[in-house]
Amino acid sequence: MSTVVLLALTGLGLAALYFLIASGLSLVFGLAGVLNFAHGLFLSVGAYAAWTVSESWGAIPAILLGVAVAATTGALVELVLIRPLYTRHTEQVLVTVGLSLAGVALLQSVWGADARVFPRPAWASSVVNIAGAQVPADRFLLIGAAVLVLLGLLAFLRFTRYGLVIRAGVENRDMVSALGIDVRNAFTLVFAIGGALAGLAGILAGMYFSSISPGQGASLLIFAFIVVVIGGLGSVTGAFAAAVAVGLLQQFVNYYGTAGAGDVSVVALLAAVLLLRPAGLAGKAAPA
Amino acid sequence: MILKINNLSVRLGGSHILQGVAFDVAETGVTALLGRNGVGKTTTLRAVLGEVPATGEVLFDGRPALGRATHRLVRDGLGYVPEDRCVFAGLTVAENLRLAVRVPSPDFDLVFDLFPELRKRAGQRAGTLSGGQQQMVAIARVLLNPNRLLLVDEPTKGLAPAVVTAVAAVLERIAARVPILLVEQNLAVVRRLATDAVVLEAGRTAWRGRAADLLSDADATRSLLGVGTTAGRH
Repeated sequence: MSTVVLLALTGLGLAALYFLIASGLSLVFGLAGVLNFAHGLFLSVGAYAAWTVSESWGAIPAILLGVAVAATTGALVELVLIRPLYTRHTEQVLVTVGLSLAGVALLQSVWGADARVFPRPAWASSVVNIAGAQVPADRFLLIGAAVLVLLGLLAFLRFTRYGLVIRAGVENRDMVSALGIDVRNAFTLVFAIGGALAGLAGILAGMYFSSISPGQGASLLIFAFIVVVIGGLGSVTGAFAAAVAVGLLQQFVNYYGTAGAGDVSVVALLAAVLLLRPAGLAGKAAPA
Repeated sequence: MILKINNLSVRLGGSHILQGVAFDVAETGVTALLGRNGVGKTTTLRAVLGEVPATGEVLFDGRPALGRATHRLVRDGLGYVPEDRCVFAGLTVAENLRLAVRVPSPDFDLVFDLFPELRKRAGQRAGTLSGGQQQMVAIARVLLNPNRLLLVDEPTKGLAPAVVTAVAAVLERIAARVPILLVEQNLAVVRRLATDAVVLEAGRTAWRGRAADLLSDADATRSLLGVGTTAGRH
């Protein structure tokens, strides 16, 4: 029983990371139609920014800085690199792939290729006894952050003007323009939101894995893409459900199966969803 | 003239869809844009609106329109009711209307006067509405804001006869306030609403003049539109 509880909470912690990355990725693809392979860079930039100042500034200011730097990076990438290429999808993909590779190289040149130990608050290193399982407290931080982000995103999408524009734009962005709305501002906003959430995910991943490395964003991004596809493009709640499914499946199969079976099972889940429900769990028409 | 189109040309996916379309839209009344399926009527509207790349000359309210962003043209008073309604299915009726508002005092009185049913269905998802109700939402969205010209694309397509009549009556009331460039296949609706008519054929302007003159010429309607005028009287 204690093993199941530990695996479940660890899987949910992993799911929280996937959701934080995938929610922004999903909104970016759903609204702007951009398959952003550079999304992992936002994660790494946020993590390294927070790591750089964490010793001197303390945890909370470091997290805020990391999120702000990642959000700014997201907005700048949209404004400078993506905006001129909205009608040129091949070039768009090439630019984001190139940026992700160049970003990793840039991070390596500044901070080195080796992983860096990520400082974590003392309470995050403690353990909590639940049904006999000794659960690291950072799992609850991850899960709590993901739930708060989910609720915040849903409130933003439901109750704000920009949220309304984004929900409509995910369905039909040409029609949003035909109502007199400059949908490009919403594109920049979702890149900034996606960057901020990826930056937060990068910082929390640093706490979860106790380290950060230049390639960490790219490796997490693969599973985030799977979560986006399973959840349904543009759907925040779909991404949340898919992240939970992927995180739990991966954790349990990795423990009870052979080495690497968890990753294979996630790909099998993706294939099953694509066959049975090609639009994903939520589909594109239900963005919230 | 509120809209002047000259030598409008559009190429899409290797096809030369529009090959020098030219016509004007008067400051008042309804100008019907007619023609068989696939001659470029919808493409003409989308080119005017900046949704497809085009060459030639389009003057909207005296200012060049080609090359300007769609949202800027709309903000300058170019309202668009697209083919197949294009309501946001996942949004409620109220959200569809709220999204369209871009002035401090939107004309909800007019909208609910024309479409009282929308008030009752404010909380309903637009995707669950009937075709006629979705058309109400699509038309209501443009009426919330002041317009200099409305582009209305096949507003009666796929609707039941009683709903077609109701939509035509609404357009008639709207036309008293703002000029309309109307793409329409139903000649009975054209006969009721249009003062002027333009007929496209193979991406070119084949005929333009008074709508009544076109519709009273059985040979012209048969050769240009592929229908007899008696069919349009039903």
